[in-house]
Amino acid sequence: MSYPESMLASIKKVEETRKKRLEERIPLLSPEEKDKLLHGFHPDYNPKGKRPVRVGPNQGDQMPNELVDLLEAYPRIDPDRFDLSSFDYDVDVLVIGGGGAGAAAALLAQENGANVLLVTKLRLGDANTMMAQGGIQAADKPHDSPVIHYLDVVGGGHYYNVPELVRALVMDAPKVIRWHEELGVMYDKEPDGTMITIHGGGTSKKRMHAARDYTGAEIMRTLRDEVRNRKIPYLEFSPVVELLLDDQKRCGGAIIYNLDTKEYFKIRAKAVIIATGGFGRLHIQGFPTTNHYGATADGLVLAYRVGCKLLYMDAVQYHPTGVAYPEQIVGLLITEKVRGLGAQLVNREGNQFIYPLETRDVVASGIIRECTERNLGVETPTGMKGVWLDSPMIEIINGPGTIQRMLPAMYRQFHNFGIDMAKLPILTYPTLHYQNGGIVINEWGETTVPGLFVAGEASGGVHGRNRLMGNSLLDVNVFGRRAGMRAAEYAKKNKVGKLSLDHVKRYSEELKAAGIERKRVAPMLLPDYRRPEVLRKLEGTYGLGIE
Amino acid sequence: MEMVKISIMGQWHEVPASLTIQKALEYAGYQLVRGCGCRGGFCGACATVYRTEGDYRLKVGLACQTIVEDGMYLTLLPFYPAQRADYDIDKLEPTYETIISIYPEVLRCVGCNTCTKVCPQDIDVMEYIACAKRGDIAKLADLSFDCVMCGLCASKCPAEIAQYNVAILARRLYGKYLAPKAKHLADRVKEIEEGKFDREIEAMMQKSEDELKKLYAAREIEP
Ligand SMILES: Cc1cc2nc3c(=O)[nH]c(=O)nc-3n(C[C@H](O)[C@H](O)[C@H](O)COP(=O)(O)OP(=O)(O)OC[C@H]3O[C@@H](n4cnc5c(N)ncnc54)[C@H](O)[C@@H]3O)c2cc1C
Ligand code: SF4
Ligand code: SF4
Ligand code: FES
Repeated sequence: MSYPESMLASIKKVEETRKKRLEERIPLLSPEEKDKLLHGFHPDYNPKGKRPVRVGPNQGDQMPNELVDLLEAYPRIDPDRFDLSSFDYDVDVLVIGGGGAGAAAALLAQENGANVLLVTKLRLGDANTMMAQGGIQAADKPHDSPVIHYLDVVGGGHYYNVPELVRALVMDAPKVIRWHEELGVMYDKEPDGTMITIHGGGTSKKRMHAARDYTGAEIMRTLRDEVRNRKIPYLEFSPVVELLLDDQKRCGGAIIYNLDTKEYFKIRAKAVIIATGGFGRLHIQGFPTTNHYGATADGLVLAYRVGCKLLYMDAVQYHPTGVAYPEQIVGLLITEKVRGLGAQLVNREGNQFIYPLETRDVVASGIIRECTERNLGVETPTGMKGVWLDSPMIEIINGPGTIQRMLPAMYRQFHNFGIDMAKLPILTYPTLHYQNGGIVINEWGETTVPGLFVAGEASGGVHGRNRLMGNSLLDVNVFGRRAGMRAAEYAKKNKVGKLSLDHVKRYSEELKAAGIERKRVAPMLLPDYRRPEVLRKLEGTYGLGIE
Repeated sequence: MEMVKISIMGQWHEVPASLTIQKALEYAGYQLVRGCGCRGGFCGACATVYRTEGDYRLKVGLACQTIVEDGMYLTLLPFYPAQRADYDIDKLEPTYETIISIYPEVLRCVGCNTCTKVCPQDIDVMEYIACAKRGDIAKLADLSFDCVMCGLCASKCPAEIAQYNVAILARRLYGKYLAPKAKHLADRVKEIEEGKFDREIEAMMQKSEDELKKLYAAREIEP
């Protein structure tokens, strides 16, 4: 397929300036320049992108419009129709979500004596965890220490991190890697067993562990295999649509929806762990996303309705280099390593406009400025804009064959669509990558609602306002394990009282009192990518997301 | 916009020629529930089987990574019933006997190479099954590493082997038993358990933002 004529014309200019650019180094921005660029162009600073939420524990706080839409949406189910005197499942610990955090939580809860049920929206392992390529951080080398790791984490998070959570993260990190080693995760090692570790954005020591460029997949498939071996029951295609509270306002179960048969099932559980991941599929401010199909903020909605507070929801991580062409894979991640190996960012005229290894937020803002205010972006046939990532430079600098050797997954991705990134530059634009904030937890994953725990990307505070690469794969393992252990203990000591959906009724009343119309329902469960022409033909059904 | 005709499980639709099979399904009016996970070639949820008109050959691909073709008729294969054994990884030995006792069917491989031809990740599947037959666990683990467990190889195997389940057993045996252990890792875990860093971390937690900023700026960056 390769590129259309219009884009090839710009590629010619890129090729012409390459020789000059090989010598050229764009200076790093001063703190003032950075500030100006971020305020002018980073989506987080766009006042039109957010608004205060009108109901619930965070009433008055600014959050992205797309999230507020969901927090201000009505329940999917009619609470009065559920008879909660009997249950389809009765367990000690219910784990919601089959990603890395959910699998780790289920394993540890079972190890600590609990009778566990895991429910998940798609298949076990259909999750952001499966997609992580880069790596996982842990301070396990002699010249490094958890204390240095701590400093990197809070500096990266702009000092908004919750100290207890960061301590848990960095102190448990080596334990997590060791646990993986015992489970048989194939980390990259030297022949003597020493872990091969490299830098990631914002690390002061080389502590990024990897399993080739399939790190998340390798961890996820191993944890999944172990969940299966230990015969932990799990239900797929069964998202939770509402939590249950007992007469003492403790969390004691959930309602799930079978996406195949459309039935609802009632689960009673002494403790519940939310591990539902992030919100990339909300396409905040219209951005494409790197996230998996089910990243729709369901956990935030569920927890918010039972009274949990959310933290830093206005801090969104955009990865500067998402795919902008070809259309088929728009939004997918182009790993930081491509820039690390020498590919520069250049505009339509073939000129550099930002140092390629500034922090993620700064590079993203620079690309957005180039494509908007300066109007020097490259337009694709579908009207999307982007800038070039001049990948052929990698081979000029490091020798032919480097790309296929060092970036096989990346090369395959473009090659599938007829683009040889070793010969031609690739087009890129920022993409929605990570939910920095989330549900407030303590260092054991406990929320303010007794019996309710949260782990992984759904939680907030670990990473402050900005997560560093390699710390979220770590986060899901550290807090998944901790929540699993604590929930098992909690389940031993506590009984569930009389369960109800009264909180859901109250929430609906609050919405009504705030003058909010019944236009949407939540949780969203799955995004809907059908065309308006198709949706119009569905008149006659409710047309409110997945029916 | 250039359009092509494709048949989705027998119903013909006109869709833009540039779409992946996954996006073409959505364009045609499907809200996917099954057969869609990561949308990026990592999870193996979207195995698809198709033919093109006038060609007897059966083709396969990942729906999120394959572009539609005119005259393509297809079905998703979102689930494939494959044999998978449960085992206790702590009680196994990394040997030929282990693999053969858990998955004896690998010995039935007839060397037809269909699995290799069908693999969307370009893995030499037949060769890794040959490794299983020889008990070469290290090579099996290495060769199968990029497997996304899509199930396509198993769907076409005349010997009814679920290759990818054999592969993950081998990778876990390799990672746990054959790969040398990281000594620095065990040492660090021990130090943490002995409380070596407790005081320093506590002190860090008490520091003001200004103090942290100074320490952060003064970090020594490993070259
Ligand atoms: C492309 C990509 C690359 C990345 N690279 C890295 C990296 O190199 N290093 C790093 O540290 N981090 C990386 N990350 C981030 C990291 O992978 C994630 O933050 C982390 O894996 C999240 O894990 P989780 O278990 O919290 O959520 P997930 O892994 O997303 O799992 C959430 C699960 O919950 C399920 N679920 C959702 N809603 C419901 C519901 N209502 N009911 C039941 N189940 C539900 C989902 O289907 C899913 O299975 C990357 C992320 C992406 C997308
Ligand atoms: S080895 Fe089999 S399961 Fe794995 S990717 Fe190839 S075809 Fe799919
Ligand atoms: S398809 Fe089955 S029988 Fe044929 S080579 Fe592969 S494993 Fe052997
Ligand atoms: S949807 Fe995950 S591989 Fe296609």
